[in-house]
Amino acid sequence: MFFDIEVNNKIIKARQGETILQALSRNGIKVPTLCYMEDFTPTGACRMCVVEVEGMNDLAPACSHPVEEWMKIKTHSPMVVKARKTNLELLLANHPDDCLYCVRNGNCELQKLAAELDVKERRFVGKRNKYKTDPSSPSIVHEPEKCILCGRCVRICEEVIGVSTLEFVRRGDSTSVSTANEKPLNLSNCITCGQCIMVCPASAFYEKTHLPELQESLHNPKLHTVLHYSPAISVTLAEEFGLKAGKDISGLLNAALRKIGFNRVFDTSFAADLNIMELADEFIKRLEADQNLPMFSSCCSSWVKFIEQYSPEMLHHLSACKSPQQMMGAIVKSYYAESENLKPEEIYSVSVMPCTAKKFEAQREEMTHKCITDVDAVLTTRELAKLIRLYGIDFHHNEPELPDMPMGTRSSAGKLYGASGGLTEALIRTLHYRITSKEITQFKITEARQVKGRKEFKFKIGQYELGFAIISGLVNVKDLLKDIKEGKTNLHFVEVMACPGGCINGGGQPIPADPTAVKARAKTLYEIDEKDSIKASHKNPMVLDLYQMFLKEPGSDKCKTLLHTKYTPRDVLL
Amino acid sequence: MEIETILEKYTGSQRDNLIPILEEIQEERGFISEEAIVKVSRFLKLPASKIYGVATFYDFFHFERQPAYHIRVCNGINCHLAGSDNILRKLEEELKVKAGQLTRDGIFKYELTGCLGACNSAPVIKINDEFYSGITADDISQIIEECKMKIKEA
Ligand code: SF4
Ligand code: FES
Repeated sequence: MFFDIEVNNKIIKARQGETILQALSRNGIKVPTLCYMEDFTPTGACRMCVVEVEGMNDLAPACSHPVEEWMKIKTHSPMVVKARKTNLELLLANHPDDCLYCVRNGNCELQKLAAELDVKERRFVGKRNKYKTDPSSPSIVHEPEKCILCGRCVRICEEVIGVSTLEFVRRGDSTSVSTANEKPLNLSNCITCGQCIMVCPASAFYEKTHLPELQESLHNPKLHTVLHYSPAISVTLAEEFGLKAGKDISGLLNAALRKIGFNRVFDTSFAADLNIMELADEFIKRLEADQNLPMFSSCCSSWVKFIEQYSPEMLHHLSACKSPQQMMGAIVKSYYAESENLKPEEIYSVSVMPCTAKKFEAQREEMTHKCITDVDAVLTTRELAKLIRLYGIDFHHNEPELPDMPMGTRSSAGKLYGASGGLTEALIRTLHYRITSKEITQFKITEARQVKGRKEFKFKIGQYELGFAIISGLVNVKDLLKDIKEGKTNLHFVEVMACPGGCINGGGQPIPADPTAVKARAKTLYEIDEKDSIKASHKNPMVLDLYQMFLKEPGSDKCKTLLHTKYTPRDVLL
Repeated sequence: MEIETILEKYTGSQRDNLIPILEEIQEERGFISEEAIVKVSRFLKLPASKIYGVATFYDFFHFERQPAYHIRVCNGINCHLAGSDNILRKLEEELKVKAGQLTRDGIFKYELTGCLGACNSAPVIKINDEFYSGITADDISQIIEECKMKIKEA
């Protein structure tokens, strides 16, 4: 039901039950917010969004106050603007002034608000609490001094990811965001997904950068640099350079990376295809033996850490396959090194991921053999954009180029890995061929493409009626695991991605996470799949070559040494 | 009493019992240890961060062993003018630790505090719940001796 309200002397339509903020933004009136998060219950903590409502004694927080029929609202009266400005100035009173040296310089909500509200001087000088920066995590740096206590990280960590690593501790002016017993992040239950980075308006969380080391390696003549980028990167990076969200710029990206000086540019989607070959083989073996089902995907390193910590008794469900990042790394340092006549230690192998957890994964001890790590440096999408800017590459004046062979060839199934459900779709295509010896005819599986935290469907392949579940937004896995334990499900395969929507919305992506942009990224992935002539991983000619020349067949001993691993329980403070 | 024994008494209880549980642990064990946080979190099936967050919200929970005698030296304006500095210096000399630290024997801890509200008898110190007013640095040795005696007797 709609009704009229008066805003700034004009009549607008408001909907019964919505908040003042929702009514305003639907009518194109912008009110600043800080603690507010779309789709979360508002907390009303920061008071940035206050508006004047005639007849009310106090200013009302627009984000949490319901709109009512009698309301006459002023959103930018001198009183309101002054109140917001004072609020902001108080927040800034104990926030450092070092914007120039901050990773988020130029992309910071606080900075933007300060400019919008025309803050020109430090009016209040607050007592600054001294906090140490916590660099202990392989993925995430925590700098509590920057925190303005908006609570967004605490909420996403609890309500979307479901691990509650972060929490407010103490109170009053000693309040801070910390972990259980105020342990450093590496000793906490943090699964390194980086969603706290995505929501923090103040740069209190950011990724542990690998850029300086990478730059040095790029200029080390003794090192051969190989880079590969994940399926989600080429449909995201455009946004960092002012191009349309969702535009696929793989061609321009290849050109840029060559200009920067990488010796080889590969596509991680190749390794996603390889991953599907191994996954399908492992799955069929389990299916035939009726053992360790449902099988859990193991591509998402946050999910792997989650199950190691929370449900170690279910680890046998987890696939033994390494993730595409690690498979690519292992192939680069073995097959590729051999074919180029290089020693593995002469190769510096870099991956670009939409993810911070991949930094954690790359340094896991399981990913190092005889002192050779599969992957030496992992960049987030954001770091890649920085690198491109640093090297003065002008995207708009480059000609698209193809990636290098052999690991630049991919099927569109490999590309689908970027979105939640994509792995499952890709797997079904190859399973269909392996089980029935016939290609699937209907490629698109609508159930897998829904935007939902938990999707479930049945799919018939040959004599098997298989149950699939797809999780994104890790909090949703808790109920599923419970259902599986209680025998309430009839599932054969479970895909889990920690970030809501999958890698296209990962913790290494451009900040802030823009829901429209995320949708556009998914759409492009599906369009690529629609148009591509190679739609299944087992049709990727280079993957087939790799098996023939090096790996033999899926699940071979060589595959086991290079492409598989074993995960073990992990004891942390839960 | 072991933490487990305390928890057993609360079998089947929910998160609304968190504060009573923590209180009882503190009463029995003197403070809330890291181990206690973990055990309570497992027991109530709540994240350890939440337990720690709630516990640190309240002033009356301690997270380290508490001294038998907690000496608070008032630093309100009157006490400050009346020489709380000297008292502090004397305490450091006698107890051989810095303000805020526990003595080696675990008996004493002293620290500066905001106004204790006994301004007309400045300078004041408060040991646990007892006020000592109008004292000078010279009184400190004797006060400390008395505390030690009481411990011995007990
Ligand atoms: S760390 Fe960032 S997101 Fe978390 S409470 Fe502080 S300012 Fe908000
Ligand atoms: S955005 Fe409304 S109170 Fe913070």
